[in-house]
Amino acid sequence: MKTTTFLLATSALTLAAGSASAIDLTFVSWGGAYQDSQLKAYAEPYMALHPDVKIVWDESSAEAVAKLRAMHEAGNLTWDLVDVTVSDSIRLCDEGLAKEIDFDADLAPAPDGTPATEDFGATLQNDCFIPQIVYSTTWGYRTDKVGDTPPSTICDVFDLAKYPGKRAMQKRPIDNVEWALYCDGVAKEDLYSVLGTDEGVARAFAKLDTIKDQVVWWTAGAETPQLLADGEVVMGSTFNGRLFSAIVEQKQPIAMLWDMQSYDLDGWIVPTGLAPEREAVVMDFLKFATDTQRLADQAKYISYGPARASSAPLVGKLEGTDIEMAPFMPTDPANATNVLHYDYTWWADHRDDLDAKFQAWLAQ
Amino acid sequence: MTDTVDTGPMRAADGTPLKVSLARALRRQKIRALALVAPLLIFVLVTFIAPIADMLFRSVENQIVHDTLPNTVRALADWDPSSAETPGEPVYAGLAIDLQTAAEMKAHTRLGSRLNYEDPGISSLFRQSGRNVDDFGKAAMKELVAADPAWKDGATWGNLLGTDKWVEAQTAWGADKTGLQPAFKARSGVAGTLPRTLGAYALFAADARESGRKSALESKPWPALATALEQDLRAAAPESLSALEGIDTALLARTRDAVDAAAPVDYRADFLAMDKDWASPDVWRTIRVFSPQYTAGYFLNSIDLEKTYEGITKRPPEERIYVTLFVRTLWMSMLITFCCLLLGYPVAWLLANLRASTANVLMILVLLPFWTSLLVRTSAWKVLLQQQGVINDLLVWLGLVDDGHRLAMINNQFGTIIAMTHILLPFMILPLYSVMKTIPPSFLRAARSLGATPWTAFWRVYFPQSVPGIGAGSILCFILAIGYYITPELVGGTQGVFISNRIAFHISSSLNWGLAAALGTILLAAVLLLYYVYDKIVGIDNVKLG
Repeated sequence: MKTTTFLLATSALTLAAGSASAIDLTFVSWGGAYQDSQLKAYAEPYMALHPDVKIVWDESSAEAVAKLRAMHEAGNLTWDLVDVTVSDSIRLCDEGLAKEIDFDADLAPAPDGTPATEDFGATLQNDCFIPQIVYSTTWGYRTDKVGDTPPSTICDVFDLAKYPGKRAMQKRPIDNVEWALYCDGVAKEDLYSVLGTDEGVARAFAKLDTIKDQVVWWTAGAETPQLLADGEVVMGSTFNGRLFSAIVEQKQPIAMLWDMQSYDLDGWIVPTGLAPEREAVVMDFLKFATDTQRLADQAKYISYGPARASSAPLVGKLEGTDIEMAPFMPTDPANATNVLHYDYTWWADHRDDLDAKFQAWLAQ
Repeated sequence: MTDTVDTGPMRAADGTPLKVSLARALRRQKIRALALVAPLLIFVLVTFIAPIADMLFRSVENQIVHDTLPNTVRALADWDPSSAETPGEPVYAGLAIDLQTAAEMKAHTRLGSRLNYEDPGISSLFRQSGRNVDDFGKAAMKELVAADPAWKDGATWGNLLGTDKWVEAQTAWGADKTGLQPAFKARSGVAGTLPRTLGAYALFAADARESGRKSALESKPWPALATALEQDLRAAAPESLSALEGIDTALLARTRDAVDAAAPVDYRADFLAMDKDWASPDVWRTIRVFSPQYTAGYFLNSIDLEKTYEGITKRPPEERIYVTLFVRTLWMSMLITFCCLLLGYPVAWLLANLRASTANVLMILVLLPFWTSLLVRTSAWKVLLQQQGVINDLLVWLGLVDDGHRLAMINNQFGTIIAMTHILLPFMILPLYSVMKTIPPSFLRAARSLGATPWTAFWRVYFPQSVPGIGAGSILCFILAIGYYITPELVGGTQGVFISNRIAFHISSSLNWGLAAALGTILLAAVLLLYYVYDKIVGIDNVKLG
């Protein structure tokens, strides 16, 4: 009895002593292969350098905005670093839920000394968002169902005569209305001024109407690869990383159509209201995890392009294989000949409005 | 017997009337009973009822406009929203102060996203204007400091606007900086003479108090204070300034002369130069319509109406969705409930009438889906129902369906009905089963032996006794069905989604919690109404869960 009590007491003491110096951080991400790539490229090397830091993961990025707001209102913040898309970061920044970043001071410069703001360039979209990767929403098609002339432009999606069959599209207006207007003859630089008018929106929906009864609408990124694999659809849009694993890892008869791929960004935000000592560790992690080498390392595990210009030349092969990653990167020059840079700020203003119109259009 | 007549009221042993004594004993018992359930009651109130009430309250709450733009809202009351003219200079002058204080507290973007729900584009307008709006204040501060450098000092502002006692307490706090800073108290008389400055300073002091690092007296004064003071000094009569007690009136008089000598700022022109949207009457109409502290706007939006300066109007046809979705949610939930009943009734009957060993196996089959993930079950239906799926393949193989015309059974209402009926079936079977178990089989045999046909025996004898189970199962299924959103989202396509999908969207994506709360309140009210109707028609006493 006595020994047990003694053992219990000492182990409790050790635990207490251990937790006094160590720090547990909760990072929020998307789960799956993407979170694994962050774990391998950023978190594990960082924890190896700092044994007193322990990182645990929460797979809640999809509901991050709502949850952060709820935590803020309840005054009980349990997250230290959150991975979000750039459009969510605009909302969080506007709501005062994300900390403003001084990019040049808080992030590491490129190896040649280029300051962070220049190295990240156009991927810096607002005061709170620290970019990690460039991904894109693009199209995949069944190589065995498109005949001898596979689709080569985005407008082939709207060509039912040439490519009959169903298409999978995301159940939201973003990207879809841009593609529709572009294929209706609107120049790329005029897309948002046209969309800003009621006639422009009607025009986009009219174009989408031409394929509406052939569209399967998806909400989760995994649906399109499954629909393509089952032969439910001939072509479908999804995130390029999903298509990569369907093609390379599952060896499905699928190929990618990069024309008018829609660039999007994913990155970190630091929640406001962290205790100063936690914030210091988080900022230190960020400086490490967003430097040139670390961003390039992430591309070993997943086919998303690093957000820094200086990381691009360092992108190599898929870890443990002979597969070159570059041809699957949205940022690869061969893939990036015609890219849709969707306008985050415009969408931040008009998303709710267009979404209501889009839902009403769907319900017709 | 006769002697009891005259003794008056019956009395207990201690002489108190029996009635009183009995009531006291009962009351004690009631209190004891209440104390026993109190932990649960308080738990339910605190963790369930209160959060729901708080969430629902958001459907009418709208303080943000009034609190963030107090000066603007006050000045805007004089503007005629039906005019095509933009409001006058006082509104822009008020906005110059409000937007600066809001930007200091980072509240302008929050207000922008609130108003953006009503008028797309306002969010950017506020975000961008907030970046440069302190140019007004910096210019005004320069002017003040030129008149007297004391304005650079936080203490000058504190002495002018706070009570002597507050300044004293604040100084004492500054010495050791422990605990919370004392709450700001305004000097008497300032509110009448320097209202704008006082309003801005109260926010400044509160902000310093909240950040907790520096005393308000030591903090660098916000540029917004200079804008406010400049406006106040221009508006105030000289004698009202000198009548202020306990402050450096000479400083105020000197500053006033300097302000008067300078050319007044044209706030309207400057705002228009900042962003031409400030000239749009629509922006001002939106701010005006949504300036009251409580609004019916969210509720109107949830039934496809909108609040404008002209009153309540219908939304444009291409934006009307909510009524359609409410109606669809209700009728599809009823249909799903009916399908559950149709399929569940015979199964429950079998369960109740088979031998115990066989019934147990059957029971496990009923419960099995309960133990499987909802997503797995929904995905399984996709595999079965899709056009290249198992059922279509089978039909084509049998030659019942032509390969070119495979049936569309998913991503439409049919898919939602099938998948949800399957998911909700156990909720119908279990209450039915527990009621049927209590109906003695001898009743049916008796009916048959008295000459009833099998149908009459079932319909006149068995069925009426199973009605309480039908009631319970239907209520359970229906209430669960109208709140579902994952399954409709995955298999509903465009025609099979429910109102809950929109609620989920507004909670987690658009952050329009007010609208989500209004939609939720309407849904809750509809359920309670249906429950009431059900009670009137069938009677809630006729519901049995077992």
